[in-house]
Amino acid sequence: MDFSFSDEQQQLRDAVRRYLSQEYAFDARNKIIHGAGTSPQAWAGLAELGLLGVPVPEEHGGFGANGVDLLVVMEELGRGLVIEPYFATAVLGAALLRFGGGAHAQALLPQVADGSLKLAAALTENQSRHELFNIAATLKGGVLNGAKTVVLHGAEADRLIVAARSGGAQRDTAGITLVVVDSKAAGVRIEGYRTIDGMRAADVSFTNVAAGADAVLGKAGEGYAVLERAAEVAIAALAAEAIGAMSALHEATVEYLKTRKQFGVPIGKFQVLQHRAVEMFMEIEQARSLAMLAAVKVDSADAAERARAVHAAKVRVGRAAKFVGQAAIQMHGGMGMTDELNVGHYFKRLAMIEATLGDTDHHLAQFAALGGAADATGSTDVNSQKADLKAA
Amino acid sequence: MDLNYSAEDRAFGAQVRAWLDANLPKDLKAKVLNHRRLAKEDFVRWHKIMAAQGWAAPNWPVEWGGTGWTPTQKHIFDEECARAGTPPILPFGVNMVAPVMLRFGNEAQKRHYLPRIYDCSDWWCQGYSEPGSGSDLASLKTRAERRGDKYIVNGQKTWTTLGQHADMIFCLVRTDPEAKKQEGISFLLMDMHAPGITVRPIRTLDEDVEVNEVFFDNVEVPVDNLIGEENKGWTYAKYLLGHERTGIAAVGRSKRELEFLKRVAGEQQVGGASLMQDIRFASKVADLEIELMALEITVLRVVSAESHGKGPGPEASLLKVKGTEIQQRLTELMVEAIGPRALPFHVERFDTPEEGEVIDELAAYYFNYRKTSIYGGSNEIQKNIMTQMILGL
Repeated sequence: MDFSFSDEQQQLRDAVRRYLSQEYAFDARNKIIHGAGTSPQAWAGLAELGLLGVPVPEEHGGFGANGVDLLVVMEELGRGLVIEPYFATAVLGAALLRFGGGAHAQALLPQVADGSLKLAAALTENQSRHELFNIAATLKGGVLNGAKTVVLHGAEADRLIVAARSGGAQRDTAGITLVVVDSKAAGVRIEGYRTIDGMRAADVSFTNVAAGADAVLGKAGEGYAVLERAAEVAIAALAAEAIGAMSALHEATVEYLKTRKQFGVPIGKFQVLQHRAVEMFMEIEQARSLAMLAAVKVDSADAAERARAVHAAKVRVGRAAKFVGQAAIQMHGGMGMTDELNVGHYFKRLAMIEATLGDTDHHLAQFAALGGAADATGSTDVNSQKADLKAA
Repeated sequence: MDLNYSAEDRAFGAQVRAWLDANLPKDLKAKVLNHRRLAKEDFVRWHKIMAAQGWAAPNWPVEWGGTGWTPTQKHIFDEECARAGTPPILPFGVNMVAPVMLRFGNEAQKRHYLPRIYDCSDWWCQGYSEPGSGSDLASLKTRAERRGDKYIVNGQKTWTTLGQHADMIFCLVRTDPEAKKQEGISFLLMDMHAPGITVRPIRTLDEDVEVNEVFFDNVEVPVDNLIGEENKGWTYAKYLLGHERTGIAAVGRSKRELEFLKRVAGEQQVGGASLMQDIRFASKVADLEIELMALEITVLRVVSAESHGKGPGPEASLLKVKGTEIQQRLTELMVEAIGPRALPFHVERFDTPEEGEVIDELAAYYFNYRKTSIYGGSNEIQKNIMTQMILGL
């Protein structure tokens, strides 16, 4: 059993952290938010570092799509408060292509890996909340109609991967078909807006958009299995991003406790604040453990094992993120409430990760519904552990 | 033990409710209920309507414009206003500088300032906190040096709520740097339009501008603007802490927000049914409702004690802690209810009221309300106060 990261993973982490601290410092990042919303330079920088190739399988021009490699990348993007469409394109988008396979995967994944293509997944609808299968958008006779909301980086995407219903009732898992649509196709209307965590999203409506057999990703009517698999990869990635954000937030808070003086002493001398900072530490470490588990298990062939790890990670990270975010603001006093300090920005990102791809309650219910008596790592035999974190 | 309002008090409540129904402008009500950002004109307009009715300052002595209501009636009035969705009457003039002036000011000050506070001719803000003096307010450094018939003020205040709209500021300033820190502080009134005063907005994490830094650069202040005696300012500030504090629990407002939460949650779906039928979510709302019920009764116990002549005490700290925890929890559940729809941030919509309820801004509301456990004496400080004053530890 070995929980250490490989040399390559450590180098990757160092390279990303160095790049972001030089080229994507807090002030630069804020300028992007209030300007164009994304930075072509940063995107090129991420591509050059190889990040866009990390989640793409080797046979499609990437570096191997390993859950642990992605954890390393996402932790650093979380720490760096990066607002570029990496998650939409390289995580969720690429995962949908990967599990959908076929011509779309072959054609588009290499373009994701080299940074020339941006993707967005149009899944959520006004009524769906956390239910990925709750879809009213229709795909009938090769024509797509419907309205999606909170499409992450939808206005920045070249291609949209849309979940529509070719059969079944609104809340059926069967009858869902995924189609790949050009964002500039006739009948596609995209309304982009800011999200409160510094990123962008869009409402996208489809009016008689042509989406024939060529547009289908994976098998018609069987899109939900692809959605589920891709969501697992995406959730594990979000868990890792949250760990990075929480770690940075905790470090900043401890530093503040050491330097901010009131009543003649650093406020870190007050036991109430000490204990709270320790509680933050414990929450982060527990969450980190399950984020690691999810990163490993997300590549497992065992569906039950994957589900268990991913639901558990989202729950544990969700709880930790709420506590850590709120405590960080509180302990920074009035300064924590300002836009100019990064503390509030980490807090907002953590809160929006909670709202993405299922909140704590959603995953708690899913986990409870799994039942089962397996141990933490999903296997009853500790000697057959595949918990080695070194890259395959 | 009698937990009921008297018939007279119930009739009073009905009278207030009817008046509000007839006189609260619909557009202001919509802005408040839909969590829109209020403009200066919105606050002023409502304050003037209340002043015309004679209700702008119920807590003041009758001879200065107060209503002569009992503590119970004042409580009922606050609750009815909150439930109706009135813009708040900002506390700085009516509930902070005025009581200090009434108790410690001279006749000339009262005759000049109180009517202008009453009818909202002067917008007041508070100059207490400084960058180096938050919880440790007594360590404040803004200096007021006496020179002849003037004070020369130099320094900086921060977190000054709505200072960008203000005509006047009341400040705690250091007049004796040699004395023990609480004993060298004075309570000084300043004209915000005086030369040497600069207001710099602070953007909060919800991207609103509700607080400011205020810089004082050799500001000349007439000695007549000193309240009471020099170096007694800390006493006057402490007087405020023990004065009329049940409003801080914001029970009426939280009841209104609870109804809003239930409505918004009722419109969300999970498992093919309303989110309010999901036992997990419904239980969380129930838990919160029960805590609010408890707080309401606790407030009534305090109000009742006041009606029977017992002065307000350190239980105000409990009301502040529990009141703010409830307010925050309400916003947490609102964000939870709407799921992914918490992400969109249509900043341009914040200033315009819209028909019906709009949920866009609920995440911003949640983020903004993290301030409530920090301001007014942080909840940690409130617990310290209760530790000392109630438990004697």
